[in-house]
Amino acid sequence: MRSIRAAAVGAVTMSLALAASACGGGSSTGGGSNDSPKTLTYWASNQGASIEVDKKVLQPELDKFEKQTGIKVKLEVVPWSDLLNRILTATTSGQGPDVLNIGNTWSASLQATGALLPWDAKNFEKIGGKDRFVDSALGSTGAEGKDPAAVPLYSMAYALYYNKQIFADAGIAKPPVTWDELIADGKKISAKGKSVLGAEGSNLSENIHHVFVFGKQHGADFFTPDGKADFTSDGVVAAVKQYVDLMAKDKVIPTGNAEYAQNQSVSDFAKGKQAMLLWQSAAANLKSQGMSEDQYGIAPVPVQSGTPGTGNQVNSMVAGINLAVFKNSHNLDGATKFVKFMTSDEEQKVLNTAYSSIPPVKAAQEDSAFTSPSNAVLKDTLAKSASALPQVADESQFETAVGTAVKELFADAAAGRPVTTESVKAKLQKAQQQMPTK
Amino acid sequence: MSSTTRAPQPPLTSRTPRSPMAPPRSFLWSRGIFLTLLTVFVLVPVYVMISSSLKPLADVTGKFRWLPSGLTFRPYIDIWSTVPLARYFVNSLVVAGAATICSVIIAVFSAYAVSRYNFRGKRVFTVTVLSTQMFPGILFLLPLFLLYVNIGNATGIALFGSRGGLILTYLTFSLPFSIWMLIGYFDSVPRDLDEAALVDGCGPLGALFRIVVPAAIPGIVAVAVYAFMTAWGEVLFASVMTNDTTRTLAVGLQGYSTLNDVYWNQIMAASLVVSVPVVAGFLLLQRYLVTGLTAGAVK
Amino acid sequence: MSTGTNMTTTTASADTGERTVRKNSPGAARSPRRTGRIRRIGLPYLLLLPALLLELLVHLVPMVIGIVMSFKELTQFYIRDWGTAPWSGFDNYKVSLDFNAPVGDALLHSFLVTVGFTLLSVGLCWLIGTAAAVFMQDTFRGRGLLRALFLVPYALPVYAAVITWVFMFQHDNGLVNHVLHDQLHLTDKPSFWLIGDNSFVALLVVSVWKGWPFAFLIVMAGLQNIPKELYEAAALDGAGMLQQIRRITLPSLRPVNQVLILVLFLWTFNDFNTPYVLFGKAAPEAADLISVHIYQASFVTWNFGTGSAMSVLLLLFLLVVTGVYLLLTSRGRKTADV
Repeated sequence: MRSIRAAAVGAVTMSLALAASACGGGSSTGGGSNDSPKTLTYWASNQGASIEVDKKVLQPELDKFEKQTGIKVKLEVVPWSDLLNRILTATTSGQGPDVLNIGNTWSASLQATGALLPWDAKNFEKIGGKDRFVDSALGSTGAEGKDPAAVPLYSMAYALYYNKQIFADAGIAKPPVTWDELIADGKKISAKGKSVLGAEGSNLSENIHHVFVFGKQHGADFFTPDGKADFTSDGVVAAVKQYVDLMAKDKVIPTGNAEYAQNQSVSDFAKGKQAMLLWQSAAANLKSQGMSEDQYGIAPVPVQSGTPGTGNQVNSMVAGINLAVFKNSHNLDGATKFVKFMTSDEEQKVLNTAYSSIPPVKAAQEDSAFTSPSNAVLKDTLAKSASALPQVADESQFETAVGTAVKELFADAAAGRPVTTESVKAKLQKAQQQMPTK
Repeated sequence: MSSTTRAPQPPLTSRTPRSPMAPPRSFLWSRGIFLTLLTVFVLVPVYVMISSSLKPLADVTGKFRWLPSGLTFRPYIDIWSTVPLARYFVNSLVVAGAATICSVIIAVFSAYAVSRYNFRGKRVFTVTVLSTQMFPGILFLLPLFLLYVNIGNATGIALFGSRGGLILTYLTFSLPFSIWMLIGYFDSVPRDLDEAALVDGCGPLGALFRIVVPAAIPGIVAVAVYAFMTAWGEVLFASVMTNDTTRTLAVGLQGYSTLNDVYWNQIMAASLVVSVPVVAGFLLLQRYLVTGLTAGAVK
Repeated sequence: MSTGTNMTTTTASADTGERTVRKNSPGAARSPRRTGRIRRIGLPYLLLLPALLLELLVHLVPMVIGIVMSFKELTQFYIRDWGTAPWSGFDNYKVSLDFNAPVGDALLHSFLVTVGFTLLSVGLCWLIGTAAAVFMQDTFRGRGLLRALFLVPYALPVYAAVITWVFMFQHDNGLVNHVLHDQLHLTDKPSFWLIGDNSFVALLVVSVWKGWPFAFLIVMAGLQNIPKELYEAAALDGAGMLQQIRRITLPSLRPVNQVLILVLFLWTFNDFNTPYVLFGKAAPEAADLISVHIYQASFVTWNFGTGSAMSVLLLLFLLVVTGVYLLLTSRGRKTADV
């Protein structure tokens, strides 16, 4: 009996010891330092056509940085499906990269974890000052009233891409400016046997981006000014219904798109099967799929009526990628230098040209590389008619809850089930109740 | 096959006078149908995988075609560059291989103890180990991850993000089922053989390695196959516990679906490539597997 | 072989010596006979030690931590230092079990879907596996090949098998719709398999496709243990095929089946890989299996406290089911060994 008791005691002690060690939590107590001034780990997001393309674009710039500063940067390009999870594990374990790309919509959520280095006036000085950056881009770097949690790196906006040939065949002279015009054009296009507009019905983020814009156009916001979720107001319900109706009622989006989550709609457009596409800075993507720039035109995303602007005339979310630094980095100085490098006028030009995005740095935006007609539309939208997604800590839950609601509504539409104001409101109510109550 | 059969009967019964051991016509007939349907059910996805991997991209993006419009090996070449498949392959091999070897060794020791000895806590041990089968992975995913991180911080042994951590995890996953199977198998090896060896002067471990293990080879092979397959195919923990250098195939294959376009032919080719070692090994060893299960699981 | 044995024996006995002294207090090793006995007593514990340590490290301790986490409010605000997250008592459990509120309601729905799915999947796997094993018992031409072929779905890694089915279930260019709609004209328009209500069927098909060979293997192994004489005697007595199966095969397989069904149930209920690869992070309502549901409630929405609470509830459920099952099946059965 003693032997088994001894063994049991030993086991319990050991487990308590292990549990206690795990109770130590992450290494939050360890702040940042400059222990390894010669190396940096950088997690880049997948902006190019594939991970390999990203590596090809970034590596020469990293080599440049090494030459300038002597700091070697270890690059890892993380696919979007993984990125948030990886950031989460890095945040929890305290072991992660030094510098990383984050989707700008995640800024507030990640800011709430306390893992990111805040960019106060002092830090901004190190990279040349806050005024270098475009206001709209800065609007998506963290919660209001707090120091930004990241620095804008690439800016993108949604635009309406349209196939010139299909438009010509259908006898449409210019791209639609309002949604009604788009639906009318759609009838002409489907008469010619082509599908009209694409959507990624099963992609939660895409759904959010679009319904947010529709929400703005209906004068509604998804969150109250004090940060509480409000998905069931009339404006929001009307907005979501209008988006889903594009498939359900207006038959402008093919039912098959309800299943899309891997950019199939972009392929459909690139292959000439589809007349229009609402996408962020798609030029590089389309080029990689064999569609040349003269085959398509770019126009602002439609509005309810009138022309794009602010308030109800918003027609895009402020899309973009921010560059953030982990507070626990072992090379804070190096990380700051890297951010300065990546946001320098010259690097901004190189990188944004490669990714067909717009530099959020004012000086770089003026460069001739970004004055082409396609970029002009994007720049214009960013400057005049784009609005940032709510910078609230619950942003990722919002994306999941409402994104899933829209996905399910698309599934209903695809199956031929009626999409009514009531059914939309019910789904949004369910989504709202899934938001954490604080 | 003696007398003729009469008019169609309800399936699986026969009242015609015939040789008692010959299966009735109806049985053969229903067997034929059932097995044919089953074969089709099993084979169609396999055929899709193989044929799609040889199709040009146009074939897999348009309507489905049973036959490729033209055979091409391009996908098999492209998969290695689209995603660092070779590295993932090596990682999976190392992790699964090491986990298998360690799991088998530990399971052999444990099963031997349970099978050959009566000691206090034996029942507790077996029940505890077996009950871990029902733990939902999601429950201890985050805590395990935290534990690894803390051990890493405290002792400097990198468990999180390393192959070692994953090996430890996988080998523990396959342990319960392996131990249980081997207990059954060892039990079927007669004790007299052990006793004889002990009388001859071997220690108990000598008896283990000289007598029991050789007699239990089929069971051990079955356990090894199971452990390898578990490690090779695990997705959840691999997605959290690996970083770029240590990523295994399970997570790495998702890289094909995050591109701008979904290259189904490459995905099929990659799936085929990563399946071949496991399936080949499984089929080669299936005889052992069956014998192993016969004595092990079936007590 | 012998060299290995010697090395291992020597190492083990050295270890045994040390450990024995530490672990087994009754009387220090004095006489050689005592040493031998102590060594023998200590040996099983020593042999079990690695397994025990690993189980503690990987399964048990994290489980305990997971349970502790379920009593805390662990969201993105606290994830950096979970030790300082505020205690929330049973709040997470209340939220999960409040079936009138959406979170609890969704959990209940997911639970019911999983129960239905598991019962159907296990049932079908068992039926198909047993039928195939019975049919394949006698030798016929091509049996070996067929048997090898039948094992392929089980041998394929999950992600390879499931991704193939995803490809086949595509709405626009998948094989399933191509056959059902274009070739057999069974439906008037192509159906959706990966979203909407049909997703349950899709999930079931994939799960059964992948799982039945395991049942087949086990039952086949079990069948080999049934002596042929039983069948011969029954046949001589005039029993037909069906009667033989009912009277001889099934009863003899009972011990095997009992374990098989339990194992299949647990594995299928907890299965994360299949729905995750099939549907991604957000499963459609009709196929919202509990493992993916909890994953979404914890990892995707950064709400680890609730996710842990849900996992604990799941574990409790499985414990109860297993307990009841073992109780029912071990009645009238010799419980010599576990």
